[in-house]
Amino acid sequence: MAIHAADFRELRLDRLSRQFGAMNALNDVSLTVRRGEFIALLGPSGCGKSTTLNCLAGLLPATGGGIFLDDRRIDNLPPEQRGFGMVFQNYALFPHMSVRKNIGFGLTMRRVSKAEIARRVADAVALVRLQGQEDKLPGQLSGGQQQRVAIARAVVVEPPLVLMDEPLSNLDAKLRLEMRAEIRRIHTTMGGTTIYVTHDQEEALSLADRIVLLRDGSVRQVGTPDELYNRPAHLDVAEFMGFRNRVPGRVAQRDGDQVIVAVENATVVAQLREDLAPGAEAVLAVRPEDLVASDDGALVATVTSTEFRGRDHTGFARMADGTELVFHSEHSAPRGSIVRLRPAPERTLVFA
Amino acid sequence: MTALAPSLPQRLGLRMSLAARGVDTLTLLMLPAAAFLLLLFVYPFLYGLWISFQPKEGGAFANYGRFFSDPFLYDTIWSTLRLALPVTLVNLLIAVPIALRVRLMRRQRVLTTILVIPITLGTVLVAQGLLNYLGPQGWFNRTLMAAHLISSPVRLLHNYWGVFLSLLITGLPFTFLLTLSYVSGVDPALENAAATLGAGAPSRFRTILLPLLLPGLAITFCLSFVQAFSVFPSAVLLGAPSGPTRVISLAAYEAAFEQYDYGLASAIAMIMGAVQLGVVVVVLAGRGLLYRGASGGKG
Repeated sequence: MAIHAADFRELRLDRLSRQFGAMNALNDVSLTVRRGEFIALLGPSGCGKSTTLNCLAGLLPATGGGIFLDDRRIDNLPPEQRGFGMVFQNYALFPHMSVRKNIGFGLTMRRVSKAEIARRVADAVALVRLQGQEDKLPGQLSGGQQQRVAIARAVVVEPPLVLMDEPLSNLDAKLRLEMRAEIRRIHTTMGGTTIYVTHDQEEALSLADRIVLLRDGSVRQVGTPDELYNRPAHLDVAEFMGFRNRVPGRVAQRDGDQVIVAVENATVVAQLREDLAPGAEAVLAVRPEDLVASDDGALVATVTSTEFRGRDHTGFARMADGTELVFHSEHSAPRGSIVRLRPAPERTLVFA
Repeated sequence: MTALAPSLPQRLGLRMSLAARGVDTLTLLMLPAAAFLLLLFVYPFLYGLWISFQPKEGGAFANYGRFFSDPFLYDTIWSTLRLALPVTLVNLLIAVPIALRVRLMRRQRVLTTILVIPITLGTVLVAQGLLNYLGPQGWFNRTLMAAHLISSPVRLLHNYWGVFLSLLITGLPFTFLLTLSYVSGVDPALENAAATLGAGAPSRFRTILLPLLLPGLAITFCLSFVQAFSVFPSAVLLGAPSGPTRVISLAAYEAAFEQYDYGLASAIAMIMGAVQLGVVVVVLAGRGLLYRGASGGKG
């Protein structure tokens, strides 16, 4: 494939901040991205992930901190001089230009020769598998095809960095899976560096080499998908990564990172994630799929409702102290019945 | 009861088939508007057309013949076009940059309100104001003279420029409002996308904004032009009604109310309409060559 990303060593965000009036949309975000990495900026809406991306692209001036590409400071450059490719949530294809013109736009602006433009546009069209659609207008394409044009347009200029702002959120579920694989394939093929904004943890887990979890404008955790999924550093990170159950308790006994937590009249074995001494109040975090009905289950709760999930059921239950639990079970538990639930010891985490 | 039953499905059938074509009882609500149009536009137009073919003397086309053989009459077409076309163009040239700027402002409504006030004043009041403001003793000349930019007052009244300026002031708000609606219909993400692809501000305007705005600007041009073409009060009050600003509506007025020749006046009105239509058709035909699809925005 003829399209390769421009060379650089690293991109560095140094205490990047952005204020909107009195509100801190972005708070001292520091991050180093190495060449070739696929980074996902993950977080709930309003966490600052899109703000970060827009500051990187130059569409939004940062109010503090700096952005460095190798040793060159770039946060004072306008977007047209940064040379990053960007894929927008609504694609932002130029509606009056053909697919060919859209893809070639960045090259035309760089005053590349006509023959060279034709060659590289053809390469980009092949890369996103859109052969035969070159002369159509964006309005004549399906959502998935428009997305491919948007990606081709961003990568054809061979940018050091490709920025993607929730590119899959406007597609239906099936197409989303398909394009997800495509985005990863294109990233690998051109050896590029991608920063990808999403609020979908599954998307981030499947695509990224590293995930940056943001909340309220601050970085909460940076790590590999495996680290974030299995070893979230904070309770809010755990919640966002699918630890839907939070059960309050008290640390009874500690042995390294393994602890025994007292909950109501029972005890639960779990893994410590924050430094807590015996006697301290703690919160147990566990995923629904790691909370299984069992006769020796420590958590006793009354079933309030169940949902059919296909292979099994999702149950909702309430403990005597009012704590809500979500669990998976093979059989549909009748409403009002008592269940005993056992959190899997290796996958139950304890936070302060 | 049994006798009525068979006819019921048939009646429903008719109503359903009408409804399928978009005709139902709601359609009746269109009648007042249709009557209004018929009484106040179609009838007077046809009546005017009819009496334009009934000259005081000569054949059916004598009024038209007279208009096109008398330079005092047919020159009004040019003097009106000479005013209306540049005024409309200058209006657009002013409105577009303002609209582009206003689109990005947070206090949009305040500025829009200020810019729109001239619409509410009416042409006569504006003409009256300009008579004082632009006169030899007016602020404008006195300010320029006090600043030693000119040694004697500039003549801006009772000539072409008086009418030009007045048309500009009364026409701009209208042009601006239309332009603003078209400008805010273009998705800002398109410009952002162009910027990340290396396009500076001038390139973004030339390659993205302008092509997407042109169809809307063509419509704006037509509407503003038609407004300017029917100029009358300011041409009389601020212009030289017997000279360079003898506009076509003035010729029609003189024929009707000074010579009491309604036939000729109607013929002039018809010619006026034809000229306007001609310009509009040319502009819209040009628009037909442009991209006219979605501009990717909320519009």
